[in-house]
Amino acid sequence: MARTVKLKIKRQDGPQRQETRRWEEFEVPWQPRMNVISALMEIRKNPVTTAGAKVAPVVWESVCLEEVCGSCTMLVNGKVRQSCTALVDSIAPNGETITLEPMTKFPLVRDLVVDRSRMFEDLKKIHAWIQLDGTHELGPGPRQSPENQEEAYPLSRCMTCGCCLEACPQINDSSNFVGAAALNQVRLFNLHPSGKMHAAERLETVMGEDGVAGCGKAQNCVEVCPKEIPLVDSIAVVGRETTKQMLFGWLLK
Amino acid sequence: MASKRNGASSEKVRRVIVVGGGLAGLTTVIKLCEAGVPVDLFSLVPVKRSHSVCAQGGINASVNTKGEGDSPAVHLEETVYGGDFLANQPPVKGMADAAPGIVNMLDRMGVPFNRTPEGLLDFRRFGGTLFHRTAFAGATTGQQLLYALDEQVRRFETIDVEDSKGTTIKGEKMVRKFEHYDFLSVVRDDTGVARGIIAQDIKTMEIDSFSGEAVCLATGGSGIIFGRSTNSVINTGTAASAVYQQGACYANGEFIQVHPTAIPGADKLRLISESARGEGGRVWVPKSPTEARKGRDVPEKDRDYFLEEKYPGYGNLVPRDIAARELFLKCFHEKRGVYDPKTKKNENEVYLDLTHMPEEMLRKKLAGILEIYEKFVGEDPYTNPMRVFPAVHYSMGGLWVDFERAHNGSLVVGSPRNQATSIEGLYACGECDFQYHGANRLGANSLLSCIYAGMVTGPAIATYVKNFRKGNSNDTSKSVFEAARKREEERYQNILQMDGDENPYVLHQELGETMLRDVTIERHNKTLDGVIEKIDDLELRARKCGVTDAATHSNQGAPFIRHLFNMIVLARVIAQGARNRDESRGAHFKPEFPNRDDKNFLRSTLAFHEEGDGTANNAIKYVRELDYSVSGQAMHATDAVDISLVRPRARKYETAGAASDEAAKKSDDHVSAEAGA
Repeated sequence: MARTVKLKIKRQDGPQRQETRRWEEFEVPWQPRMNVISALMEIRKNPVTTAGAKVAPVVWESVCLEEVCGSCTMLVNGKVRQSCTALVDSIAPNGETITLEPMTKFPLVRDLVVDRSRMFEDLKKIHAWIQLDGTHELGPGPRQSPENQEEAYPLSRCMTCGCCLEACPQINDSSNFVGAAALNQVRLFNLHPSGKMHAAERLETVMGEDGVAGCGKAQNCVEVCPKEIPLVDSIAVVGRETTKQMLFGWLLK
Repeated sequence: MASKRNGASSEKVRRVIVVGGGLAGLTTVIKLCEAGVPVDLFSLVPVKRSHSVCAQGGINASVNTKGEGDSPAVHLEETVYGGDFLANQPPVKGMADAAPGIVNMLDRMGVPFNRTPEGLLDFRRFGGTLFHRTAFAGATTGQQLLYALDEQVRRFETIDVEDSKGTTIKGEKMVRKFEHYDFLSVVRDDTGVARGIIAQDIKTMEIDSFSGEAVCLATGGSGIIFGRSTNSVINTGTAASAVYQQGACYANGEFIQVHPTAIPGADKLRLISESARGEGGRVWVPKSPTEARKGRDVPEKDRDYFLEEKYPGYGNLVPRDIAARELFLKCFHEKRGVYDPKTKKNENEVYLDLTHMPEEMLRKKLAGILEIYEKFVGEDPYTNPMRVFPAVHYSMGGLWVDFERAHNGSLVVGSPRNQATSIEGLYACGECDFQYHGANRLGANSLLSCIYAGMVTGPAIATYVKNFRKGNSNDTSKSVFEAARKREEERYQNILQMDGDENPYVLHQELGETMLRDVTIERHNKTLDGVIEKIDDLELRARKCGVTDAATHSNQGAPFIRHLFNMIVLARVIAQGARNRDESRGAHFKPEFPNRDDKNFLRSTLAFHEEGDGTANNAIKYVRELDYSVSGQAMHATDAVDISLVRPRARKYETAGAASDEAAKKSDDHVSAEAGA
């Protein structure tokens, strides 16, 4: 047989179907420049396990396949990341078996798909938007220095992919910690000349244990962020601002 | 519970349905909300993951901050010229005029556009123009624009609906999102008017009807028909195909843009933005077809900068159709693609070179795309010329939509005719419409056209809804919704029962290979006949698929069969349209008919679906004119292109400024008139 790619995939048929949890192994033909997604696509064309069982194709989420949409996050060889950038030749250079698992900090939907809707709900809670007067013509936006743009742009590349939450030890069943992604958005909007006008309002939403104080400073988030967003800095900045707001905010009221 | 939503009567609030949450859909939603119209927004994926995230280079607006003499009039002319005169000109004028305001609006929303030292927006060059017209946020502009609009829509998710007296309606928000829903069909009442949709929750697999006073499709392009392309995997064109099969007219389907520079890959052909060339990137191949040295080691004198050579006027920034053809010529016909000493083969690749540019500048302006190259190719593009090849990128064609021309040549804002499809009550905007780009789209005009179309569609629907309420006191009867829902339910159940031998993913691969090979850069009539035969064959074989998954939860296999059917239908529209158009215009190039033929083909291709049944294949009815109605008024439209603003002339990119000649002359006249006075 020509060169192949071996995969071992953790599967489960539905949210409440723990009894169906299992590992299945597949072997598909290797292609140049192959990534994990193209291996999963190959499985669909002939969904038969290495053991010869005909099964339903593996279910996963993906959209852009170039690491800008955030969809295809999963655990690849135990490490949380986008599976589109997981190139077969670099993660299994000698034909090692690649393991795929769904993220563990979000409710499971099926196989490799999880439900990340809490992340979008959090964006509502923290008011992650500019309070726009309207889309009609109101002239140019506020001037901004190139330095301000260079600080904001990397923060703005967050894809809501979930890596930072998955890696965070503070995100667990017994905590409601909002996590690095949302805190980074607070920093982003408080940096914008118009966004600043509602900084206090945003900071109020992340005070306390569920907010910025919930961070345990493990710094795992910044390690796993695929866009290398300075998340630890963002949490520190928001931490300082909330402290100021707590101490002196009443003076401004 | 969604299922309780059948029929409008049980609802407290009347809503409009928008399907698709990319730039066009989100803009439409915002405009509707601002007009006080609540919206139900449906999307296959969380809207923040829509395909708009993939747009890289920027968005055009003629603000002339560089003092080059750029203006919306030049933008209009270059867009129309770049599109080889197939675009209706009033919508293009509306778009070019609105562009500066749109970019300002996005700036106010917080898009982190790159800045000049003075703190103004920075602009860069793009294809088909000599002006710095493109605003950008690094090289992930689409993502940044999508996020800004997504944020504004999310704000409307928290804002209460008010009744006509300004009283808050409890528990009702301006926007309700239905994410992870697949659009199946539009619900048409007894008079054929669109009154809602049928959609499937792709987690629970439940199929439901949803009522809306109007429906807007903003469901994007259809690149996945070509197998691998620069498109996201969700871009199957399934929604546009579904309404086409329900009687909506599809226009100019044969115009498919092939982008000259993408990275070949096993699952996707990843785009390397035109902005790489806009910032100074150069395309070349080694002069020697057996050049064994690495790209970076090939000295200047041994390189052939073939675009600069042949098109001194626009150089590396000729429009995409021309650049793609030249790259294809070099690699495919002349066999002068990059030579691989290991395989002793000339690969289908040319160099796109940025290594002469300062690294700091590249990091500030292009990091997003260079990161993609680094991650997927594993080579450093700051020191190695990138290896690229053309890839299917964008559909100029799409659902036919109308417009109402204003006296000044632009659009009548708020006219219910704007962006209206041939099905009353159904609107379309974004890549799924056919309106703004003619035979070839200029770079950085897609983000603009999506947002502009949304800004036009919102007010158009608001007017339509107002008129509609006057004439329709009664809600559509529940039975119409139930019948439509049942039809889709049965279709889905039939798919679940399919137990044939064909694997739908394999059929899709065959479709993609055929379309990619024979219906892209060069088209030959004999080959196209073969393609249509292949489509006939695939259509029949698709009916013999075996469903790969019978699960009742998060089943991806069964809906894919539905998408495959819909892709095959649109593939026919594309291939047959190409077969019929015996000329070369923009992205449509037939070596047998190398010239543009305005006498016979300066017209839109208008296609209607004819359903085949049992063993017969589907067919297409082409028309020269069509009747439809909007707000109860009968309308008549023809395939004539509105060329009232810029007279057609031959396209020539060899000479600098050829694309903006007329505007330049006008401004000269203006200057001399002023001088005379």
